[in-house]
Amino acid sequence: MKKRSARSSLLFSLRVGPHPHALSLGGAASRRCPPAPRSGRRRFPFSLVPCVLSLFCFASALLLFCSSAHAKQQELTWAGDPEGGAPFVEADPADPNRVTGFDVEIAELIAKGISRTPRFLFVPYASIDQAIERGTADIGLSGMEDTPARRAAMATTIPYYAFREVLTVRDGDAGTLRHLSDLKGRRVGTLGGTMAYEILLQAERHYGLRAVSYDDDVHPYSDLLLGRVDAVLLDNVLAERRRKNMTGITVQPEAVATSHYVGVLAARNASLRDAANEVLRSAMGDGTLERIFRKWGVWNDDQPALYAKLVARQPVPPVSMSELDRPIAVATLSRWQATVRYIPSLIRAAAVTLVLSCLAMALAVTLGVLIASGRVYGTAIPRLALTGYVELMRGTPVLLQLFVIYYGLAAVIKLPAFVAALVGLALNYAAYESEIYRGALEAVPPGQLEAARTLGFSERQVLRLVRGPQAFRIALAPMTNDFVALLKDSSLVSVLTVVELTKQTQIFATNLGSWVIPGTLCATIYLLMSLPLSALARRLERQWKAATV
Amino acid sequence: MSTNLHVRDLRLKRGDRTILSGTTFSLSAGGVAALMGPSGSGKTTVLRAIAGLERFDAGTIVLNELTLNAGQRHSRHVLKTLRRQVGLVFQFHHLFEHLSALRNITLAPMHVLGVSASVAERRAMELLEALGVEHRASALPRELSGGEAQRVAIARALAVDPPLLMMDEPTASLDPSRRNELGELLSRLADQNRTILLTTHDEEFARRWTTTILRVNEGVVV
Repeated sequence: MKKRSARSSLLFSLRVGPHPHALSLGGAASRRCPPAPRSGRRRFPFSLVPCVLSLFCFASALLLFCSSAHAKQQELTWAGDPEGGAPFVEADPADPNRVTGFDVEIAELIAKGISRTPRFLFVPYASIDQAIERGTADIGLSGMEDTPARRAAMATTIPYYAFREVLTVRDGDAGTLRHLSDLKGRRVGTLGGTMAYEILLQAERHYGLRAVSYDDDVHPYSDLLLGRVDAVLLDNVLAERRRKNMTGITVQPEAVATSHYVGVLAARNASLRDAANEVLRSAMGDGTLERIFRKWGVWNDDQPALYAKLVARQPVPPVSMSELDRPIAVATLSRWQATVRYIPSLIRAAAVTLVLSCLAMALAVTLGVLIASGRVYGTAIPRLALTGYVELMRGTPVLLQLFVIYYGLAAVIKLPAFVAALVGLALNYAAYESEIYRGALEAVPPGQLEAARTLGFSERQVLRLVRGPQAFRIALAPMTNDFVALLKDSSLVSVLTVVELTKQTQIFATNLGSWVIPGTLCATIYLLMSLPLSALARRLERQWKAATV
Repeated sequence: MSTNLHVRDLRLKRGDRTILSGTTFSLSAGGVAALMGPSGSGKTTVLRAIAGLERFDAGTIVLNELTLNAGQRHSRHVLKTLRRQVGLVFQFHHLFEHLSALRNITLAPMHVLGVSASVAERRAMELLEALGVEHRASALPRELSGGEAQRVAIARALAVDPPLLMMDEPTASLDPSRRNELGELLSRLADQNRTILLTTHDEEFARRWTTTILRVNEGVVV
């Protein structure tokens, strides 16, 4: 009511026209409006119309903002990632605009228990903690693991589901690869930035296996069948889901570790967390949670034991290890200690980024020169084919191209991840490079070419000795620009399990629960790599420009 | 080193515009010939056609044993043979912008004639000395004056030793004293039994320094 009356009085004051309030809009507004024409006749000041309309729009926006802020207080915004799929959160097959899964039902349960309306917000799994921390959503529910780091940095709810980290292997290896200690020298895949990845990093040191990080929980299993990895370590919920859909894999019964799923809230939201805990305890006691998990086919004997402890308000440790020591919880270290611990891995990842970018650029430049030469000198059919290639590579996302090369072509050729990343980036950038070189070749004055031809040079010699060198000087600036872009685009190859600088930073940030230090370090390393290159290019450009201007 | 050039009934149209409409003339070995005529009369086009840079619609160009026919793309072999016999100095020189004066001159001998770098450089320095610009050997084209650039361009054309040297408007950017220097140079070259064909608007220069004047009007030698 209050809001409505405020709007009415505002509209009234605006309709009056040259009202004293409308005229006193402030100095800036007054200055923008030209003075009313001097005439004995009283006229409507048309010059005020824009000012009045602006004020009206501003007032409307303010009202909308206030009403939406009020509505937000009635909602429980929860963040989840439908890419994780069933049984956690997935797009409803019957209505893809809705989500379904046990986390959806738990969000509804908590919202109902605190008299709010649940509102789903899509947030990528790896960014849920950060989204919660910055207030984008109230609570994160998407199979969020109960880690010491998360408990230290965030306000986590009591666990609502106990899971086991289990190994999945090919059927033929089921008898021999039962524990992490059996995997010496083998590649073991998992989802990057998860507890399983931390366990594998420790196992690398303990058992000499090789941890392979994936961006999703589907491709570790498909790569297991393709032989790119020898085992996968993930939650039993995910492992069982894959086992039902795929043949040829065995989920080992022994757990490597046990932990839980929790809801994640910002540390400042402890009161909301406490309210959510009460709702969860109540749902544990009255069987609501059991009904939800039975409905999704993931209820097992681990849950009653967990619920009994939680209802009795007994402490539950976040992780229990069966094979190794408890993983070092990064967030329990000081920021400085954590940073020191991660710096070597960041440097290694930076080296991967640099080597990958340099090799991809070298290949892209070579291919780009060939494509550009073909388009400038070739006959109609090669020109058409090369134009088609350029348009295809420029017109489709590089991420898609990487997926096709690594996963799509796996049935034909099983490229190692690094090689696939190198080829993918090089093929994509070759298209862009070729356009730069083609433009540069065509920018060389025709008189230069005719002078060379009259001296008796063959077309190949004209290109090599006159046109090419001059075109290279023209192309240098955009080439440098492309190399710096490639340095950053190389972060996309993490989807192919190549842990480069951005991916390693993401892992660091997820485990630390903050992007401030990892982000600053990552940006500094990128700058250290790109600035000298830019400086070198500027120097060469100056030298060559001086030689040709 | 001698050459006989016969241009017969050369015709060329670009769209609706007639550039050459039956240009015919002959030059025998040695001497300096000037193609004179108003702007747009087709002088430069004749030089470009003789150098194999321009295709023409009708007529023939016979240079010693080599014949350029109308309408067709000249074969690689024909062009290779032609360019051993014809040198062209462009009005705006077109020196290779990324190379020094010396490298501009040595490039063709090294890569077209297969001469060693040291021999090519020695010969280039001799040419630069003969043309009075040896002190500019290491200068880049942008650092040369118009007259210096022209002499470097002449040296570049002479470096592959063509019997027929063509020059497009060589007097256009020269003051009177430089024109006389150019005239003396052309006479010296003609004395070596080389044939020079140039285009110019400069009547006085043509009368004083050339042995033949060919007047072109609307694409016809009159």
